[in-house]
Order: sequence, then structure tokens, then C-alpha cells
Amino acid sequence: MGRILIRRGRVLDPSSNRDETADVLIEDGRVAAVEASLEVPGAEVIDARGLWVAPGFVDLHTHLREPGQEYKEDIASGGRAAVAGGFTTVACMANTHPANDDPALTDYILDRARQDSPARVLPIAAATKGLEGSVMTEMSTILRAGAVAFSDDGKTIMDSGVMRRVLEYSCMVDAPVIVHAEDCTLVGHGVVNEGPVSTRLGLPGNPAVAEAVHVARDLLLAQLTGAHLHIAHVSTGAAIDLIRRAREQGIHVTAEVTPHHLTLTDEAALGYDTNAKVAPPLRSAADVRACRKGLAEGVIDAVATDHAPHAVHEKDVEFTAAPSGLIGLETALAVVLDLVRSGELEPLELMRRMSTNPARILRRPGGSLGVGAPADVVVFDPQKEWLYDPAKGFSKSRNSPWAGQMLTGQVKATIVDGRLVYDVARGVLAP
Amino acid sequence: MIGRDLLGIEDLDRADLERILETAERMQEVGTREVKKVPTLRGRTIVNLFFEPSTRTRTSFEIAGKRLSADVVNFSPTSSSLAKDESILDTARTLDAMAPDAVVVRHKVAGVPKRIADALAAPVINAGDGAHEHPTQALLDLLTVYQEKGRIDGLSVAIVGDVLHSRVARSNIYGFLKLGAEVRIAAPPTLIPPAIETLGVKAFTSLREAIDGADVVMALRIQRERLDGAYVPSIREYSATFGLDRTKLRFAKDDAIVMHPGPVNRGVELSHDLADHRPSVILDQVRNGVALRMAVLYLFAGRPLAAAREG
Repeated sequence: MGRILIRRGRVLDPSSNRDETADVLIEDGRVAAVEASLEVPGAEVIDARGLWVAPGFVDLHTHLREPGQEYKEDIASGGRAAVAGGFTTVACMANTHPANDDPALTDYILDRARQDSPARVLPIAAATKGLEGSVMTEMSTILRAGAVAFSDDGKTIMDSGVMRRVLEYSCMVDAPVIVHAEDCTLVGHGVVNEGPVSTRLGLPGNPAVAEAVHVARDLLLAQLTGAHLHIAHVSTGAAIDLIRRAREQGIHVTAEVTPHHLTLTDEAALGYDTNAKVAPPLRSAADVRACRKGLAEGVIDAVATDHAPHAVHEKDVEFTAAPSGLIGLETALAVVLDLVRSGELEPLELMRRMSTNPARILRRPGGSLGVGAPADVVVFDPQKEWLYDPAKGFSKSRNSPWAGQMLTGQVKATIVDGRLVYDVARGVLAP
Repeated sequence: MIGRDLLGIEDLDRADLERILETAERMQEVGTREVKKVPTLRGRTIVNLFFEPSTRTRTSFEIAGKRLSADVVNFSPTSSSLAKDESILDTARTLDAMAPDAVVVRHKVAGVPKRIADALAAPVINAGDGAHEHPTQALLDLLTVYQEKGRIDGLSVAIVGDVLHSRVARSNIYGFLKLGAEVRIAAPPTLIPPAIETLGVKAFTSLREAIDGADVVMALRIQRERLDGAYVPSIREYSATFGLDRTKLRFAKDDAIVMHPGPVNRGVELSHDLADHRPSVILDQVRNGVALRMAVLYLFAGRPLAAAREG
């Protein structure tokens, strides 16, 4: 395997708190050296002057849609979108068709990923059979097949008794249970955040309290069981306050927030743009501020995209009929760099929340540029402005609220397992 | 400045509203003639695209169009667009290819007229979308109040009932506020939209407080299925607390008028007696609806198409 020398970049390694200009040598799929100046004859050189070099991003939350909905996305296209966005690892949710609630499905996904995806793919298996919220999946067997976490994401386990058993049982397998925290009875038919915007639009509102109520329940159950609870796509200040208090009480809870909940408010839906329809919905400006503060303070551990591809014809319908979700792998970095530009997060801390912390939550290597670590690396230009056109992106879908916008911050190169898999000039290079 | 489409009162300013109302007053005269027809829109095609059944509004638009000599075509997709696997936008684009001069859209989901307008060359007139807006209803209500009271400025208007699900309420709130009236709403807490005060109204859960000293009391239609315990415990309780009759109306001004967008659930929103007689002006509202829609069609479908597109 070849050698790659990344020269003169600003190296940001949260695992060692390194933030300095240095050369990074990659050899045999590992980080071989990080030093002020390296001369390695014969190595492929990436000139990183003016660029930032960080551990490849780890996405806790993607929907790759395979098997079953390959017209929206598949493991190959989702994997390409991932590396184009600087993600070297993506954890894919279980709500495929059929759902990943069985070791054979987990096997299948891993097999497809080995053949088709330039990014590492870590399957998240369903917590209950068919995502129906009633019968537990074979967690131990599925974990041995290669799953890394359990989640009925997209749906909520409303039965508190079932949720308690799922959390209890998960303690045996040492994997997080990831929850989509929305009380469906409070959500009702809500399709936008309940508040001034839902009233102006005349659309049914989804209240912030629907999330907080559910988070409160699951935190209590996590306290009872001692399980590792991970809360997906936190969107409200109320839920963040609950998580903060739970942390103080020693409850094993981690949380993620999406780029869209960090930067967009419910006003994005004012023109009835169905690409701004997502679950949980885009919230108020106060909630966005709370999410940013929660991420900065570390109450929220990680940024996760909730990359949720849907076809144009599915989104091109009545607002109430459109499926929820938006794609985010290729835009995440540029969008969240906003928090660095605003001074809310140090670059090193943002990188920690995009790589080191999510890897830790999944108990996987990654998120490190330490010598000997797997060589998953992203090189990006934090200043570069570019026009985002989803039609020219790698995802099969186009449902992005950032379509047609100028974004700042662009991935230049992505290395997975020591191989250059993406280069901005040449596109996706492997597999 | 009036734009290409009429999607909602929220988008209009005071001058736009006054221009439409003045035009409607001129159109009223046509309805009094023996031959109720003028050639203004001769050769123009207006499509009534009603995804949700509505005999009253559709008929009002149809009569308005015909009095202006337009060719009016009614298109009411029977099954839902999803059932036919044809998107609303496909339906709209199909119509657009037939080059209509205006499309009047009614749909049960908020925002559909806006999405259709974005996809069409022709001007779109919103004839009611979900709980969003029903601009021509508000405009005919404004016309009726203006002609009853001689002004809108400074009036006190109370809107009573299911504001949460009402496009009529939203459009009227914008319209009356823009023309200088004070607007209060009265409803059970479960039927008051969240953050409604951000629109500039005061919300009351007491009918008496809301209509105290009001010049105009507007009752909203409530769907029977909302009175089965989901939002309100029962018809009996709703009628007792928010149903208008002459006794409760005593708290309003002596010369207050009563309005209703129709059709009235008699004995629920309004007492039988109040539905038929002064001070209710329900039939005036219906009559004014035709003149008002003539004005809207004239202003939005009557421009040279190239100008309308630049609108």
C-alpha cells in the first residue's frame, strides 16, 4: 500500500489536542508520523498549505436506503456522498425495507458496503422487530454480525414498558440505544414547529414539548437501567436542559444535533418548501441558539447529519403529504463551520464533535490522528466558497434546503484506511 | 403593488386592499343590471381548479367570471392526486399547457396554491387552502363591513370560534388589521392557534369579553367532527359557551352586525333566528362575494399576460 504525505496543513487532532501546522505521513493504512517537517521520497504528496487536516468525520446518523429504496439512495451513492463531505465512517439507520432487524440484513449491508462504499459503513440495527415498538431484536446476535448500535429511528418506541426492556437488555451488549425522541401523541399531525410559523402557514404544529416529554421519559429509564442512551437529532432547548441535568446526575446519556437544527429556523418553511420539512421540525430561533450553546458546552456530544434522501417526486407534493427529511452529508462541514466563524466553537472542538466523540459513542476507533491510528483523514479549506447544486452532488437525491446557495468550507481530500478516496478535482476515486 | 398572484391577504398592503375594494364597488353595479354581463374578460379563460369540493365558492367565482364574459372551466379532480399517482404539480402543469389566463385554486392542504403558482405561468388566485388563507372571503367581508359601517378604521371586530383550523379567520385578521380595525378572537383554548398574538390580535376564552363593545361579530364555521371530544367536549357545550344568540349579542355595540362565512350550523354557531335576520348580514356577504370576485378576476386575470408574468 502506498504512502501519502499531507504537507504543511493545520493539523487538528482532538484525540491529542494537537492544533498546529505539521506534516502527516500515512503508511499501510495507518497514521505513521505527525511531525513539524517530514521528507518522504516516493510518497504521494497532498499540499495542504492553508488547509485544515483532521480525523475523518464519523456520522452517527445517515439513511442509506438500501435495501429497499435504492431510488432514493444506496450504499454506493451514500458512501460517495459521505467521502465527498469528509465523512470516512457513516452509521446507517435501520429503517430500510425490510428493516435491519436481523443478522442477515446487517450482514448484507456490510457486504454491500465492502464492495460499493468508499466510506466505512457501520450498520445500526433496529431495537424492535420491524420497528414496530413491541418485540426486541436479537441484539447480541446482531451485534456479533457487525451492528454498532440499536435504534428504531424514524419511529418512536411509545410503549414505556418495551423501552425499559430494550434499555435493560442493551446493557448486556455494551452498545448505545439511539432514540428518536418524539411523543407521537403530542406530535399528532404536526408537520412544522408549533408556534408563530405554524399559525401563519396554517399547517398543523409539532410542539417542542413533544421532544422534551419523550427525552424526560427515556432519561428516567436510562437512569433506572444504567443503559447508554443516545438521543438523536436534539432540536429543543427544553430537551437540552433535561440532558444537562441528567449528565449532572451521572446518567449515561449522549446526544447529537444536526447541521440543520444548528443553523435553520422554522422560518425556512415559510414558502412551503418541502425540503425544509424534517422530523423533528426546524425550531424557533431560541431553540437554535440553545442547540448551538449545547454543542459548544459539550452537553451535546456530536454533530450528526440525519442524511435522509427522498426523491424529487416524493417531495414535490402537498406539504402534509411530503416525507420528512433532508440530505446533509455533502453540506454538513460548510454548514457547521458557521459555529467556528461566529467564534462559538474552536476549530479543534468542532472536529472533536464531528469525529472523536461520535467514534467514542460507537466504541470504534477513529477520530484520531495519533501515530498508529487508522488513517481516516479529511483535508479541507475552511474559507473556500462554492455553489451547492445537489444535481451535481453524489447523493441520488436533491432534497436540500441549501440547494443553490453559496457555502463556505470545502473538502479537498478524503482518505479512508490509508487510501485517497476523494479529491475535489477528480471526484470519488474508489472503490 | 398587487403582484401576479392572489395567494393571501398577508402579502397585500393597505393600498392593494383599497384598490380591490374600490374595484368591487364598481362591479356591484353590474349585478343590478337586467343583462348582468360586461365584455371585460372576453376571450380570457379562467380555470376553477378545486381539489376540495366547494359549491358556494366555486359558483361565486364562476358567476363572477361569466359576468365578465370570461370562459370559465371547472376542473375538480375527483379522486385525490395521490390516489391517482399524479402530483398536484403535474395537474397544474397540464392545465398550464392549455394556456389559461388565471387559475383559481382550492385545496385542503395549506400551501398548495403557492406551490402551484411557483410552477405556473398563469396568475393563481387562492380560493382557500387548508387553515392558511381564503383571501377572497376576507375581501368580501371587508367590503360588507365597509358598506355597513362606512369605514373599517377604528372598528372593533370579534372573530368567534374555531380559529385554529380557519383560513377565513387568518385572512380576516390580516385584512381588518391592515385597514386599521382592532381584532379580537374568542375560542376555547384548544381552538386558539399557538402564538396567535404575534399576528396582532388579542385572544379571549370568554365570548363576553371578546365581543364587549364590538362593532362586528364574525362567527366561524366549526366542523362537526371537532366537536366530539377531540377539541371541544360536545356540541351542547360549544353552543352554550360560544354559540351566538340575541342574549349574548347584547354585550356587543347596539348597532353591531353579525357575520358568518357560511354554511351555518344552525343552533351551533348562530341561533336560528340570528342566522336569518338582522343584525346578521350573511346574504349580503354572499351577494358581495360575486362583485368582489369580479374585481379580483379583473385585476389578476385581466392584465396582458406578459405584464402579469412580470407582475
